[in-house]
Parts: sequence; structure tokens; C-alpha cells
Amino acid sequence: MNKALETLQAWFGKRLVIGVPYFWLLLFFAIPFLIVFKISFSWMQPIQPGYAPLFFWVEETQRFVATLNFSNYEVLLKDPLYLGTFLYSVKVAAISTVLCLLVGYPMAYAIARSPATTRNLFLMLIILPFWTSFLLRVYAWIGLLKTNGVINNSLLALGIIDQPLTLLYTDFAVYIGIVYSYLPFMILPLYSNLEKHDLTLLEAAADLGASPVKSFFRITLPLSMPGIVAGCLLVFIPAVGEYVIPSLLGRTDQLMIGTVLSAQFFGARNWPVASAVAIALLIMLLIPIMLFQRYQRRELEAARR
Amino acid sequence: MRGGWFRNGMLGLGLAFLYVPILSMIVFSFNNSRLVTVWDSPNSPTLRWYVRLLENDQLLGAAWISVKVAAMTATGAVILGTIAGLVLTRFGPFRGRAVLSAMTTAPLVMPEVITGIAMLLLFVSLEQLIGWPEGRGMLTITIAHITFAMAYVTVVIQSRLAGFDDALEEAALDLGARPATVFFRITLPLILPALVSGWLLAFTLSWDDVVISQFVAGPGSSTLPMEIFSRVRRGVSPDINALATIMVLIVATGVVLSTLYMKREEKRREREEQMARRDGN
Repeated sequence: MNKALETLQAWFGKRLVIGVPYFWLLLFFAIPFLIVFKISFSWMQPIQPGYAPLFFWVEETQRFVATLNFSNYEVLLKDPLYLGTFLYSVKVAAISTVLCLLVGYPMAYAIARSPATTRNLFLMLIILPFWTSFLLRVYAWIGLLKTNGVINNSLLALGIIDQPLTLLYTDFAVYIGIVYSYLPFMILPLYSNLEKHDLTLLEAAADLGASPVKSFFRITLPLSMPGIVAGCLLVFIPAVGEYVIPSLLGRTDQLMIGTVLSAQFFGARNWPVASAVAIALLIMLLIPIMLFQRYQRRELEAARR
Repeated sequence: MRGGWFRNGMLGLGLAFLYVPILSMIVFSFNNSRLVTVWDSPNSPTLRWYVRLLENDQLLGAAWISVKVAAMTATGAVILGTIAGLVLTRFGPFRGRAVLSAMTTAPLVMPEVITGIAMLLLFVSLEQLIGWPEGRGMLTITIAHITFAMAYVTVVIQSRLAGFDDALEEAALDLGARPATVFFRITLPLILPALVSGWLLAFTLSWDDVVISQFVAGPGSSTLPMEIFSRVRRGVSPDINALATIMVLIVATGVVLSTLYMKREEKRREREEQMARRDGN
């Protein structure tokens, strides 16, 4: 009898413990997406709450009637402005991700192969800027890239150029901003992969006459693929929807999708169109997000063994 | 070793890339000129921008709001993230585990504009439906921050829990300890370093966030990053350099101190474990 009671108590206790984070995430993370989805089919309304209700109670027929508005999505598909913005965002995110990998891989590799005593110091140096304000670090690049900024002034003083270069408010500036802000997210998964490699494989390859370059491309690089994929996803996915970096450093004639969404939301106050943009962005990123989740699950399962 | 110079050279360049912008902000925060990047050598270095900053009540007020929000966020995120991490590593399979796992990893990569609009529309709908939360302000910012910060804490806790096996917990359960006792007496002390770093991480994430805050903030609840963002968009101003310098100094000191502390704790723990093992033999 007592045993049964204890089992019952344990069962409820367990449910309760699981229930707390579950409830929080359902209410504040999952349900909001359904609401965005719902409002993306609504009409803009000048009065509060900013969108027209979708479901009406019709007295005569005693029924709920739903009126769905597909025009928000039609706008996205037909207006070349939106299509161009989406493509541009993917392009910027992809180029930035590749640049990030090119900068981050050698760094992660150098740290993983450095003596164990200095590794932690280097890792801390990589993470330290991440703890300081992201916004201020992006802002720092304005001062460097401006027409009369530090880079131009230095190059002019050294006589390398005689006209200041246009660096700020260009694609180049956005790439730099993204690479700079997301670099730790690329380096850390790469490092944790590279650190685990069995170095005797490289010795064996060398004994058999492979050059260091060849053994890098035939052994190290293929082995580090999971780290590369994880790092690239951690940079690419948030970069597609990036809003702060392009609005501080980017072009004014070509916006990124995050900027357009914010402009629709805060500027035009068109919540339904902004919602449709958000849903379209989410659908576009669904596969990368699922890939990332699979990687994350594997990592944690591997750590448990 | 051959190729060592290349590796170290790349690492050095990369670190320079990371630190030069920060250093340039620090240097120019002492520059007298309004032109930010043109060094006014006769009148520099000066502390005038620091003085200006301390007189700026708007920025100081926003900073205070940010501190409060970040502290509440960190605490809430650590509580929820610890439970979620524990459930995912220690509770075995249960129905809906995959959904919980997905909901704790998705916020790590979700673009902030999407999270921001989703949270705001939830608050607006809830207010219409049940009258809560009334308007938007610190409460809504904190809830939104907890939701994305707890995902990071969950990962930190999960990897810490995965790092040691559950033999100790099993043993205590076998000896008749109640699950709650086991958690507070064994699991919690073991994951304490992860709790501390999770708290600091959540604090920083909240303190740093501008996009999500912008969506869910109300009138009079501007956080420091929101204030900075609106200033920076109007162009560079030297007092922002001063603010950045102060923040970098605080963070650097904090990170160095907490790293040293954690290292010492880790060493102490290892020593104690060794001694316990020796006593056992």
C-alpha cells in the first residue's frame, strides 16, 4: 500500500518536474509561432491591437466564421522587392559564413594543436570579446571603416592610397561585421572537434609518405566535418535574419530581410505583413535549424558515453 | 615543427582582428575631438566624455533597467534551464522528450527578429484574452529574455551532467534518499560551476540583447542596448566610446576573476576527490 503511494507520488513528482520547463517553453516559445502564423493571415488595422480578428461569431447562423487573408503572402511572392531581399540575405549570410570558416578554422586548428597549458588562455581570449557588448563591437567598426576613419586615415598617412576608400555602408562592411560578431560561434565547435582527433593517424600517414598538406586534406579535414557543419549553421542561421549589423554597417539601397521585417513592424506598423515575412523566413530556415538540432543531439549523446 | 609559424601567424592575425576594434574604441574614448577618429593631440588625452557620460541620466537610468532585467533573467533562466537540463539527461525516455529537446535547442539559432515578433504578438494576444500582461515593460522583456537565455543554460547544464556518470545519484537513491534530497545534496553541488557560468552567460545575453527587447519593450522601459542603438544609428559619438571602455573593463575584470575562482575550485575539488579515494582504500 505504502509502496503504491510512493510510486504514485514519484510519478506525479516526475511529471511536475518535466512539466515546469515544458509549460514555459510551450507558452512562450511554441505558441507564439502559432500566433504569428495566425496573424500572417489577418488584415492590418489602424486601431489596437493592429490586426483584424480572423474568427467571427455570426449570430444568425450560430457559427464561427473564419476569414483568411492570403494577400500578405501574395505580396511576398509577387513583389520583386521581397524576393530580392530574401536572396540578398541568403547571399550575405552564405558569404559571411564562408569567410568566418576561413578565418576561424586556422585559429581553431592552431589552438587545438598548441600546448595544453596555453589552450585555455587562447580560448578565453576568443570568448572574452563575446562577453562585451555585441552592439558596441559592431559600432567600433563604424569608427574604423568611415571615410575619415582609422583605416582610411592610416592608409592615407602611409601613402598607400590617395583617395579615401568607401568601406562603410557596403556589403564588405556587413561581411566584416558578421564575421567579427559570430567568430566565437565558429571557432568553439571547430575547436571541440579538432581537439579530439587522434594524432597518431597523422603520424601513420607521414610514415607512409604523405605530405602534411595531403594528410590535412585526406584526414584532418574529413574528420572535422561535423565541427564545420555545426559552426557554419551557428553562423548562417542567425546571420540570415540579422538586423543590427546591416542597419549599422550595411547598404541603404539594399536591405536585409531582418531590416525589412522590422521596418514593416515598427515603421509601417503592418503587423500582418511582418508576420508573413517572419513565417517565410522561418520556413526557409527550417531545414538548417533541423540539421543543427540533429548535430546538437548527437554531440550531447557522444558526451554521455 | 614545420608549418607552426603559419598556424601561429593565423592565430595572431585572428586575435588582432578581434581586439583592434575594441582597442581603438578605448583609445578614442580619451580623445578630445568631437570627430571621434581624428586624434586631437594638443588637448588629449582627456576624461571629458567620461564626465559627460556620468551626467547622462537617460543612459544611467537605462543601464539600471538593464541590470535589473539581466539579474532577473539570469536567475529565472538558471532555474528553468537546470530543470530542463536535468530532465533531458537524467529522466530517460518520456513522452514528448523530443519536443522538449527541440524547444531548448531552437532558440540557440533562431533569428532574433522572429523571436521578437513572436513574443510581442503573444503578449498582445494574451492581454486581449486574459488582460495579462498589462501593457509592456520590464516584465515582458524579462519573460522574453528568460525564454531564449534558458536554452543556453540548458546546454551548459546538459554538457556538465553528461560529463559525470549518475553512479553517485544512483547510490544515494539505493540507500533510500528521496529524489529531491539527492538533487539538492548531490546533483546540485556537482553542477554548481555550471550553474555559475550559466547564470553569467544568461546575464550577459540579456544585458546584450537589443532586437528582442526592442519588440517587447514598452514606453519608459528602454534598456541600455536600446538607448545605445538609437544613439549609434544617429552617428558616432565619443561618449559611447567611453561607455564601451567602462563595459570592457568591467567584463574583463569579471571574466578574469571568475576564471581564476573556477580554476581554484576545480583544483580543490580534485584534491578532495583524491583524498576521499585514498581514505576509502
